[in-house]
Amino acid sequence: MPEHKTLAATGNTVVAEAMRQCKPDVMAAYPITPQTTIVEEYAAMVAKGRVHTEYVTVESEHSAMSACIGASAAGARVMTATSSQGLALMWEELHIAAGMRLPIVMANANRALSAPINIHCDHSDIMGARDAGWVTYFAETAQEAYDNTIMACRVAEHPDVMLPVMTTLDGFITTHSIDRVSVMDDESVSGFVGQYVPKTALLDLENPVMHGAFSGLGGPYFEFKKQQRIAMENARKVVKDVAEEYAKLSGRPFDVVETWGMEDAETAIVVMGSTAGNTRHVARDLRAKGERMGLVKIRVWRPFPHVELAAALKGLKAVAVLDRAESFGAEGGPLFLETRSALYDAAERIPVVDYIYGLGGSDVKLELIERAYKDLSDIAAGGAAPAGPVYLGAREEA
Amino acid sequence: MHEIRWHGRGGQGSVTSSKILAEAAFRSGWCGATAAPSFGAERRGAPVTASTRIARERIRVLSQVTAPDVVVVLDDSLLSVANAEVGMKPGGTMIVNTTRPASALGLFGDFRLVASDVTGAAEAAGVIVGGQPIVSAAIVGAFAKATGLVSLESVKAAIGEAFSGSAAAKNVEAARIAYECTSCDGAAT
Repeated sequence: MPEHKTLAATGNTVVAEAMRQCKPDVMAAYPITPQTTIVEEYAAMVAKGRVHTEYVTVESEHSAMSACIGASAAGARVMTATSSQGLALMWEELHIAAGMRLPIVMANANRALSAPINIHCDHSDIMGARDAGWVTYFAETAQEAYDNTIMACRVAEHPDVMLPVMTTLDGFITTHSIDRVSVMDDESVSGFVGQYVPKTALLDLENPVMHGAFSGLGGPYFEFKKQQRIAMENARKVVKDVAEEYAKLSGRPFDVVETWGMEDAETAIVVMGSTAGNTRHVARDLRAKGERMGLVKIRVWRPFPHVELAAALKGLKAVAVLDRAESFGAEGGPLFLETRSALYDAAERIPVVDYIYGLGGSDVKLELIERAYKDLSDIAAGGAAPAGPVYLGAREEA
Repeated sequence: MHEIRWHGRGGQGSVTSSKILAEAAFRSGWCGATAAPSFGAERRGAPVTASTRIARERIRVLSQVTAPDVVVVLDDSLLSVANAEVGMKPGGTMIVNTTRPASALGLFGDFRLVASDVTGAAEAAGVIVGGQPIVSAAIVGAFAKATGLVSLESVKAAIGEAFSGSAAAKNVEAARIAYECTSCDGAAT
């Protein structure tokens, strides 16, 4: 069994540590503002000889992902990290990484996109990359960010998947806060992730292949996309299988949809990322007062666990969705759209209210969560659902 | 749960302080401890805050501390710009790094005020970087004495984790001196 060591560390530190333990062959990074200290700490580990990774310093985030794509196509295990404008600048390459079926693992510190200029926490950056074809995890805590990074390596490289994976953690709140994190010894982690043996490496000169070739009218582009869809569907099972195996090692169970207090709940909040912590805290207080409300946390955003979510919300009287990103002109934020879609086949119609919150790092105070739960109680008691999306905590004059 | 808010200046080390305190809290047997920086655009010299929470159980609240039990002010020049006492819980504790007596700080409210010359402790221990005494570790020694929430031994061990070599030894000594010269009574204001 693995040795477990408890650290007081930031999310960034433990993600860098998890990456080191996965022993990537190549990491490419650029210090855009905002980058993360994940790649900074990783560079220090390379410099000190703690890990033997080819660390490629490039001239932009676009180049960072390009270098990752090249290295991955060559047959290397590749990891990197980015955030906010950096992820936005990678956008073009994100699609190429997925289309070329390259198992790159990237951490993203979820942060706002300008304008106005803002580098603080929200999910605008990652939602902008929503349809790029990457398997995407969300972490509530530094512990989850550590665990997700290790699992991501296995999911990405699984022969039924072969897709890039993004493991996201909330900027500043999870990336920079110090929390208690249990890490495993190097041998246990490297034993779990194993060696990456690429099937179609460009550097395998005995078996020459072509990657990312032209596929114009009449070419197989359309069928390639179908294969990406199938790979993403396959990832549903692989994510669960890898998590089950990992739980045996770590002692930490994993559900794509994690529930709390849902045994007898009448209402629930659906949330992703660090805000699940504040939500659970409020839900615990309210349940202690006899209120029947629960929490549903989405841990894997792509492939979206619509079946599991619908099962978790079955029979509720009202649901609130907390969205830390906008989809201007849509009926609500991205998580709301998924949630309501997941509930479309439910036997009974469940009112769903969307709350946009915490954009640009706006502090998620406990009373804001209380307000959302209060709205749910009112709806459950027969009141009308507020017209959404509700901008939770926005100053009134705006 | 004990909620602590730090007031410092960019580059002064309040994030290091909050990290040392979180580590010391774990070592003192608290199961939950989290430390969060102010999430600001940190410029050197600008007022910044950091938050630490300590509890018997795991902590999942991650918003910034707005109703602190303890406020720590890394230097008294911040008192005129930072509103350090805002939101403090009644009966809380404020620790100020200053050479002045508590009664001269012009702070009034329902809290215990502890004045401690932490800069003097850092200087005495030789914790000088670029000609400036650095109080980031020493202040946690003052915190340990003033609040009793963590032991001096655990603070020393946490400093040993945060620094290496002679820097660790000097900072441990600074924390010890700060601990000795801090009153655990404090003046009720």
